[in-house]
Amino acid sequence: MTTIQRISPNRRFKDRLVQFLVYLSFAIAVVPLVAVLWMVIKNGLARFDLEFLTHSMRNIGATDAGGGAYHAIVGTLEQVLLASVISVPIGLLTAIYLVEYGQGTRLSRAISFFVDVMTGIPSVVSGLFILAFWILVLGFSFSGFAGALALSILMMPTVVRSAEEMLLLVPNDLREASYALGVPKWRTITKVVLPTSFSGIATGVMLAIARVAGETAPLLLTVFFTDSINTDPFSGPQMGLPLFVFDQATRPTDTAIDRAWAGALTLILIVMLLNLAARLIGWWRSPAKGR
Amino acid sequence: MGQQIQVSGLDAYYGKHKAIADISMTIEPQSITAFIGPSGCGKSTFLRTLNRMHEVIPGARVEGKVLLDGEDLYAPDVEPVAVRRMIGMVFQRPNPFPTMSIYENVAAGLRLNGKHSKSNLDGIVETSLKSSNLWNEVKDRLNKPGAGLSGGQQQRLCIARAIAVKPEVLLMDEPCSALDPISTLAIEDLMAELKNQFTIIIVTHNMQQAARVSDRTAFFNLSGQGQPGHVVEMDDTSRIFTNPSQKATEDYITGRFG
Amino acid sequence: MATPVRTRDGGSALGRSASRRSRGESPFRYASTGAGIFLLVIMAAIGVFLVVEAVPALQANKGSFFTDLIWEPNGSQIFGIGALAFGTVVSATLALIMAVPVAVGVALFISHYAPRRMAGVLGYVIDLLAAVPSVVYGLWGVIFLVPFMQGPSEFLNEYLGFIPLFGGDLVAGRSMLTASIVLAVMILPIVAAISREVFLQVPRMHEEAALALGATRWEVIKVAVLPFGRPGVISASMLGLGRAMGETIAVALIFPATFGISFEILTPQGNSIAANIANGFGEATPIGRGALIASGLVLFIITLLVNTGARMIVARRKEFSGAAS
Ligand SMILES: Nc1ncnc2c1ncn2[C@@H]1O[C@H](COP(=O)(O)OP(=O)(O)OP(=O)(O)O)[C@@H](O)[C@H]1O
Ligand SMILES: [Mg+2]
Repeated sequence: MTTIQRISPNRRFKDRLVQFLVYLSFAIAVVPLVAVLWMVIKNGLARFDLEFLTHSMRNIGATDAGGGAYHAIVGTLEQVLLASVISVPIGLLTAIYLVEYGQGTRLSRAISFFVDVMTGIPSVVSGLFILAFWILVLGFSFSGFAGALALSILMMPTVVRSAEEMLLLVPNDLREASYALGVPKWRTITKVVLPTSFSGIATGVMLAIARVAGETAPLLLTVFFTDSINTDPFSGPQMGLPLFVFDQATRPTDTAIDRAWAGALTLILIVMLLNLAARLIGWWRSPAKGR
Repeated sequence: MGQQIQVSGLDAYYGKHKAIADISMTIEPQSITAFIGPSGCGKSTFLRTLNRMHEVIPGARVEGKVLLDGEDLYAPDVEPVAVRRMIGMVFQRPNPFPTMSIYENVAAGLRLNGKHSKSNLDGIVETSLKSSNLWNEVKDRLNKPGAGLSGGQQQRLCIARAIAVKPEVLLMDEPCSALDPISTLAIEDLMAELKNQFTIIIVTHNMQQAARVSDRTAFFNLSGQGQPGHVVEMDDTSRIFTNPSQKATEDYITGRFG
Repeated sequence: MATPVRTRDGGSALGRSASRRSRGESPFRYASTGAGIFLLVIMAAIGVFLVVEAVPALQANKGSFFTDLIWEPNGSQIFGIGALAFGTVVSATLALIMAVPVAVGVALFISHYAPRRMAGVLGYVIDLLAAVPSVVYGLWGVIFLVPFMQGPSEFLNEYLGFIPLFGGDLVAGRSMLTASIVLAVMILPIVAAISREVFLQVPRMHEEAALALGATRWEVIKVAVLPFGRPGVISASMLGLGRAMGETIAVALIFPATFGISFEILTPQGNSIAANIANGFGEATPIGRGALIASGLVLFIITLLVNTGARMIVARRKEFSGAAS
C-alpha cells in the first residue's frame, strides 16, 4: 500500500514564507496608517473645541492662540454642495446615456473613453483649468464657486462610473416588463430603473463627495486664502477646510500647528461621516447585499 | 492503481448545521460507485469529505473516519494538501483555469508537485489528454486558452488535469449536468476506460447514467426538512435498479419522489 | 428645449398617445446625450485652455523649457520643466515600489488569510483609510516623519552609502525618500482596497480547482488568485501612481523645493510639478502663472501616458483574462 506522503519541505517552506510575508506586510501597513490616525486624534483634540468650530481666523496672528476654522468649514460645505449640484445631474445623465441610450455607438464609446481619462486627471490640473478658463480668460474673481467648479470636474467621472455600474446591475427583464406595459422609455428610466438603483447611486455619490471634500490643490488655485468668514460662494475669496490645514501647517508656530491638527481631525470626521452615510444608504435599501 | 476507501461513522457540519450523519460504507478499488438521491441530501457534502475539500468552507467540519487503504485521512499528522493530491476531483461546472492555456491547465497539478523536465511534462500532458479522449481535438492548439473550448471539451480538460497527477481516486460531482447528451456520452465512455486505473465515485441526478456506468450505487436521503442526510442503502447497481431492499429507494428511482 | 412636433398622424387616438410619449421622450434623451457631450467638451476645454494660457509664458521663456534646471518665470524669465518632471516621476515611482507589494499583501491578508469576521472589519477600515484626505498625510509627514527620518536616513547613508541611491554628503529629513514614503502611505489604502476587491471576485470554482489538485494556500494564490487579479492590481497601481504624481499638498509641505536632478534620495533635494504649483502660485506674475499652467499641462500629459500604458498592459492578455468563462 502507498501511504499518504507529506508534502515536500520545499513547498511547505514556500507556503509558510508567503504566509509570513503577508502577515508582515499587513503589520507594515498598519503601523503608519494607525500612527497617522492616532496623531490626528491625539493632536487634533487639543484644539477641537467650541471656539475652533465657531470662530474664524480674522485678526488672529500666526503666533496667537485661539481662532478657529468656522470660515473654512462653511466654505468647504458650500463648495462641496455646489460641486455636487453641478456634477451629480451631469454625471447621472451621462451614465443614463451610456447605459440606456448610447449602448455601443461611437459617441458613447468616445464618452466612455474620456470618462476614464478624466478619472485620471490630477486634482491640481483641474484647479489649473478653472484658473485658466474661469479666472484668467473669463475674468471672474477667485471664489468658492470657482472652487466648486474645479471640484466638480473631479467628481463627474466618479459619479458617471459608479452610476453606470449601478444602472448595469438593473436586470433587463425589469425594463422589458415596463416596455411591455407600454410605458415610454424615459418613464421606464425614471420610474423603474432609477428607483431600483437608487441606493447604489446614492452610495457612489456620497463616496465621490467624500473624496472631493478633502481635495486641497484645486481650491488653492481657485478660492484663494482668507482668514475671514465669507458665506457668499459667488464673490470673493473663500476658505476651505483642507486649505486651512495646509495654511496652518506652513505657519511655524505651535498654536498654528495645533489648529492644523484640529482642522485635520474635523476634515477626517466630515469625510468619515460622509462615508458612513454612504454605507447606511447602502444597507438601508438592500439589507441582504452586505458582504 | 486505485485504492479502497472505507468510511465509518462520518458526520459533516456547516457551522451548527449537521448536513450528513453517521455514514459508513466501503468503496472498492477500480470500480465506479454512483451516489444518487434527492437534492440537498448531502451527496456533494459527503463527496467533499472524502478528499478533505469540505473543510475549506469557513465553519465547516467533519467527524468520523475515512480510511484510504487503511490510512486515516483525518489523522492529525495527515496534511489535507497531500490527501487532495491522492484523491482528485472533477466539479459540476467545468472550471479550467481561465488564465492558462490548455497545456498549462493539464500541467498545473504536476508543476505544483515538484520539477519535471519539459519532455517529461509534454509526455504526461499528452497521455492525460489522450486518456481523457481530448487529444485529437486540441493537439493543434495546446497554447490556446482552456476557456475557449466547448463545455464538454472543458470538462474533459478538467478530467485530464485531474488524472495528470495520477491520483488513486477520482471524485466527480455531477460532471455531466452542464453538458449536452453527446458530451455526456463521451464522458461516460471515458469513465469506463478510466476505471481500470482509478477508483471512481460519481454523484449524479441521472438515473440512467448511474445505471449505465456504475458498479455500485448508494442512495442518499433526508429523513425530513432540516435533518441531516444519510445513506439509505448501498448495493450493486443492478440490484438497486431492479430489486432494491428499501421502499424509499424504489420510490426514488421510479420517480415517485425527488 | 424645443420639442419636435410630429403632426403626421396627429388626430387619431394612437397618434395622440404617440406624440405625448415622444414629447417626454425627446427632451430626456437630448438631456442625457447632451450631458455626455458636455463631458467631452470639458475634456477638450481642459486641453485648450491650458494650452492657451501656457503659450504666452512659453514664448516669453528666455531659457529652454525642456532642458533648463531652473524655475524663475517671475524674475529672469528662465524656466525649465526638467527637474520638476524628474521629481514627480521619481517620487511617485519610489512610492509605488514601496506601496504596491505591501498593498497586495494587505489585500491578500484580508481576502485569504484573516479570519472571516476580522476580514469584514478590516476591509471596511481600509476603505475608510483610502478616503482620508491627502492633506492629512501631508501634515503627518511634515510634523512627524520629517524629523523622524533624520536618524534612519543617516543610518542608511552611513552603512549603505556606497549605493548611489543612498549616497550624498548631507542627509536631511526633507528628502525625496521622505516624500516618497508619505506618498506610499497615502496610496497604500487605495491600492489595497481595489486589490482586495478583485481578489474577492476570483471565482470560488477556480480556487477549488487548485485546491483539488493538492495546492497549498500559496499555490492556490499563485495559480488562481494572482493571475485572475493581475489586471485589477495593475489598474489599481496605476491609479495609485496617478494619485502620487498628481499629489500636491502632501509633497509641497515636504519637498525642499530645489531645482536639480539627483538620484541621491536622502539629500535635501527634490521637487515636483504639483508641489511647485502649490508653492509658487501665490507670488506668481502673469508669466509665472502661465509657466505654472504649462507645467500642469506636462503633468497632465504624463498621467495620460501612464494611464494609457496601463490600459494597454491590461488589454494585452485579454484572451486569457477569464472574462470569457
Ligand atoms: N457552503 C454551505 N454552507 C452551508 N450549508 C451548506 C453549504 N453547502 C451545502 N449546505 C447544506 O448542506 C446540505 C447538503 O447539501 P449538498 O450540497 O451536499 O446536497 P446535494 O445532495 O449535493 O444536493 P444537490 O443534488 O442539489 O447537489 C443542504 O442542506 C445544504 O443547504
Ligand atoms: Mg451537489
